[in-house]
Amino acid sequence: MSTDISAHIALNRFGYGIRPGDSPPDDARRYLLRQMERFEPTPAAIAAREDVSDKPGEVLQMLRRLRRERQRSGGETAMTGMSMEDGAIPTEVRQSYMNAGRFLRTDIGLRTNVAIASDTPFAERLVHFWSNHFSVSAQKPGTHYQVGAHEFHAIRPHVFGRFSDMLKAAVLHPAMLLYLDQFQSVGPGSRFMQSRRRRSQGADGGPQGLNENLAREIFELHTLGVDGGYSQVDVTEFAKALTGWTLSGIGRIERFAEEKPNGSAFVAPAHEPGSRQIMGQTYRDTGSDQALAVLDDLARHPSTARFIATKLARHFAGDEPPTSLVARLEEDFLTTGGDLASLTRTLVNAPESWVARPVKYRQPYEWLVASLRLTGVDELDFRRITGALDQLGQLPWRAPSPAGYDDLEGSWAGPDALFRRVELAERLARDVRSDAVLEHAERAFPGALSDHTRTWLARAESGQQALGLLLVSPEMMRR
Amino acid sequence: MTMNLNRRTMIAGSLALSAGLTLPRMAFAQGTGSKKLLFVLLRGAADGMAMAAPIGDPGFAALREASLGEYEGAARADGMFAIHPALESIGAAYASGNALFVHAAATAYRERSHFDGQNMLETGGASPYAARDGWLNRLVGMIAADGGAEAPRALAIAPTMPLALRGDAPASSYAPSALPQASDAFLERVGLLYEGDPQLGALWERALETQAMAGDSTMRNLRDARAAGELAASLMSGDSAAQIAMIELGGWDTHANQRGAFARAARQLDALLGAYRTGVGGNWNDTLIVVATEFGRTASFNGTGGTDHGTGGAAILMGGAVKGGRVLADWPGLATRQLHEGRDLRPTIALESVLAGALADHLRLDPARAMAQLFPGRSAVPTGGLIEV
Repeated sequence: MSTDISAHIALNRFGYGIRPGDSPPDDARRYLLRQMERFEPTPAAIAAREDVSDKPGEVLQMLRRLRRERQRSGGETAMTGMSMEDGAIPTEVRQSYMNAGRFLRTDIGLRTNVAIASDTPFAERLVHFWSNHFSVSAQKPGTHYQVGAHEFHAIRPHVFGRFSDMLKAAVLHPAMLLYLDQFQSVGPGSRFMQSRRRRSQGADGGPQGLNENLAREIFELHTLGVDGGYSQVDVTEFAKALTGWTLSGIGRIERFAEEKPNGSAFVAPAHEPGSRQIMGQTYRDTGSDQALAVLDDLARHPSTARFIATKLARHFAGDEPPTSLVARLEEDFLTTGGDLASLTRTLVNAPESWVARPVKYRQPYEWLVASLRLTGVDELDFRRITGALDQLGQLPWRAPSPAGYDDLEGSWAGPDALFRRVELAERLARDVRSDAVLEHAERAFPGALSDHTRTWLARAESGQQALGLLLVSPEMMRR
Repeated sequence: MTMNLNRRTMIAGSLALSAGLTLPRMAFAQGTGSKKLLFVLLRGAADGMAMAAPIGDPGFAALREASLGEYEGAARADGMFAIHPALESIGAAYASGNALFVHAAATAYRERSHFDGQNMLETGGASPYAARDGWLNRLVGMIAADGGAEAPRALAIAPTMPLALRGDAPASSYAPSALPQASDAFLERVGLLYEGDPQLGALWERALETQAMAGDSTMRNLRDARAAGELAASLMSGDSAAQIAMIELGGWDTHANQRGAFARAARQLDALLGAYRTGVGGNWNDTLIVVATEFGRTASFNGTGGTDHGTGGAAILMGGAVKGGRVLADWPGLATRQLHEGRDLRPTIALESVLAGALADHLRLDPARAMAQLFPGRSAVPTGGLIEV
């Protein structure tokens, strides 16, 4: 038995584990770096996905119409307390909600099946890392159709591209514009607001005013980090620069909408006129480009370099990543201006990434994908995937906040969470081939399988029990 | 539930023998073992001015004219405030002297990030990320040390462990699962596999204890707030009950169209607490419920009928142990010059003082020491007189 465990680290720390029939790589670094060339941003299954970019607008329209009708019929509580169990909800709306939920679950199944079958699992891990960095959560009406598209169209194409391109695509995607309320933010001095003031109070659904949610979260969560050097005034100014960015297909603004990538739109009459002062820089009013110019500057800010370096290092090298690794990544990000291919190479080439002991507790999603790969499942029905992930507490695009799912051990290593993995492991092991589990275990964790685990796998009462134990073994729980 | 206490207990018992583990016995510090504490964390910054609306302040109408209608006919608190109509059970507890609102309160946090704000509220540290463990976990340790007994059972009613309960003192987590039950044979083998692994071994031991406590609950998820309240009450009742529990409720980040969103969230909270109150039955007089959130929201509505991240907020103390029927506030006023940074309700009460004072009196701990250990680095004085003694 070799004591070199670099193949184990390449497979498990960087990837999603091994599949039956795969051989552990001979040259671990090369195996990872080659995935950057072989990565398929748009696999066939994703390319074949139905185009539903018009759906969010449809859902919003329907809800607005419903709200107006309820207000008109004297329901002072219009919308308050409306839930899908409510008998008063029209069938059409209820059906639309169910369709949206089904579409979301299909997308979750799609991204998971791509990861299960992938022969570039390290690249898939990076997709999921960035997707969580730019977390969108299916909470608001309409987002069910967009959160999957966000990852497929705003994250995947840029994983080995430039950070600034990913940033612009991700935060100005309809999913994010819906999720963080940007779609209804209107400049206080915009043409929409001026005409609204002239015509007294507009009806419900008309232009309202500024919402600073997206601006704040871009600073705090996507670029500079909370201590990155911005103030409340910067947040408000940036929110004004962002006004006008919304999505197409929303009722009366449609005739003003200028099409933008991925189904977003810019509505000039909602944009706040004038120059903006943000973090000491002046941005002339260039319409939709004003926000893009701010984003370009944020993308190359030193606070951003440090924030991204720290998060990436924490994901691959432990909750308290070595400061030397953070420094390497930070320097790379700064010198290349945020070239993510270069950043990835630096991560793989850094000695700190190859520490022999396990550095992370696998998150539920990582554990499930690695378990399905290990058991040789090629593709699982989307209902079973979402059911399992729901029980494990980590459905994609369902993070509890815009910060995404937490990347610290303490968030995941809980007694109940462990019990659930054990319950699921026994269930998973029931339906698949479970012969030669011990040899399979040696291949899955080359050079890293402990004598203790080997003993209990060998003593298992059946192949199924052995496979179940392998799925919850200490080697499988950590990476 | 008692009917089913059995299968998991037996597994835990047999494992304890085979793996040499010892199951903690229930031995509470003298005199406080019957005291219950439920901590409810409202994630997303619940709007205190919607919870208990200061309608007696002339500034309120100016800031939130659109909201005035909601409070017509609502229960009043201390003359000045109106309790949100969705908070029915809480309002009833207030009327019978079993609930109080703490208003214009905040932790020492003065910025506007949810995540940093929650970190400070959960760790009790003087700045975000200053402490690695949670104040609720340190409270468990304090009770154990003071009573010279084993730690009281502490439980997060959640699939994962919230930060407030993370730390050196033992704590468990539990949420009903829809997964098929694993076989006893498999569970026993897993115990053997984790033997000698400090982390997985300890987690496994606690998982089995909690499964035993919960029995075969029929509740399938925590989305139904009423069922969650019933579950919390059942896990905190009986011989092997948890003395301290924590539960989280999201949905409070009301940036847009706040009226509907807040009412929905408030109804959830109220259903949870109402069901909990019914479920604990005769233990009500020994019960303290603390409801807190990371910070308040802007005093006026924004351009989209919502509120953005603010500073001063509100907390609720509820339970038979509470000297309620009042609003604890040093009301700062709502005129623009009276607002914090011209936009937020100005905090005038340290939430840490309220928490330390109430918890210490309820659990018979020294208030100054509770303050020092739960919220290190604060100069604030624990608030007395909140609990019936």
